[in-house]
Amino acid sequence: MRPQPLHIYYNTAGQSEYGLRFGPADADRIVLILPPLFDEMNRTRRMMVEAMRHLAKRDVASLLPDLPGSNESRTALSEQSMESWRRAASDAAIQSKATHVLSIRGGSLLDDATGLPICRLAPVKGASLLKTLLRARISADKEAGLVTSAEQLIIEGQRHGLNLAGHAIGPAMLGDLEKALPVLSDATTEAALSDVAGTALWLRSEPGDSPEMSAALAGYIDQWSATCGR
Amino acid sequence: MSQDVETIIRTLLSDVLGLSSEQVSALQDDSELFGAIPELDSMAVAGLLTELEDRLDIMIDDDEVDGELFATFGNLVRFAETKVAE
Repeated sequence: MRPQPLHIYYNTAGQSEYGLRFGPADADRIVLILPPLFDEMNRTRRMMVEAMRHLAKRDVASLLPDLPGSNESRTALSEQSMESWRRAASDAAIQSKATHVLSIRGGSLLDDATGLPICRLAPVKGASLLKTLLRARISADKEAGLVTSAEQLIIEGQRHGLNLAGHAIGPAMLGDLEKALPVLSDATTEAALSDVAGTALWLRSEPGDSPEMSAALAGYIDQWSATCGR
Repeated sequence: MSQDVETIIRTLLSDVLGLSSEQVSALQDDSELFGAIPELDSMAVAGLLTELEDRLDIMIDDDEVDGELFATFGNLVRFAETKVAE
């Protein structure tokens, strides 16, 4: 039977945030998935959720939380920062009794806040994510006949926040993104794209899908999580 | 080196646009990109540029980005080769 999700909530910063959970209630391995950020999250969600179903078939539970201000969240994105998202990652890990973390792309900027063993896929610097968002804004402005530059947008954003490709980025998030780097430690493993039959779905212009990647990623996480942190 | 840059760009276009390896190998010097490939919108171009910087270890100034750059496959490859040589 196709594994069915459980809709759960976790609390962070006084708010209740949604999470999607798969797998046995009494699983001895619970993998917290920290998804890519902003547009990249939408483009990879289907692949991640299919990977969660595969994990459930292997009796590994998993949780995909909404970060405050994203997806179903009723909190304003403009009030978030990398710090509030790192707290959310840590709160979700504790409340879901997570034993392991899988972080993808920008999720890797949050993962070390959980203190759990981490497997990373295609980690990215905050500055690269910001640059892409700024470029999309500059090119949309250009199409609308406006000439803007990254420097000018950042100065404006530091005062009032910025709308970048439909995301309300507040001054705190802007400042944090410029500096944020994935933190390396002994608890971190990095999966190569070739290990998980991976294609860079997060770069696609449209949300995509890759059943091969979902299955391979679940297999990889099952093996990896069986050998550490238990 | 020139071959490497071209190969990297083919792989990148496949990653960004979800093109098959056959479609990507079929790209010629004068194959049109912007306008001919509907998937190549402003968000995709933004992601493509940042990824190009990372994979080729180059810096691209936003002033250098115009419609010409993405007009054809050959234009994009030549631009990247010039940046790598700098």
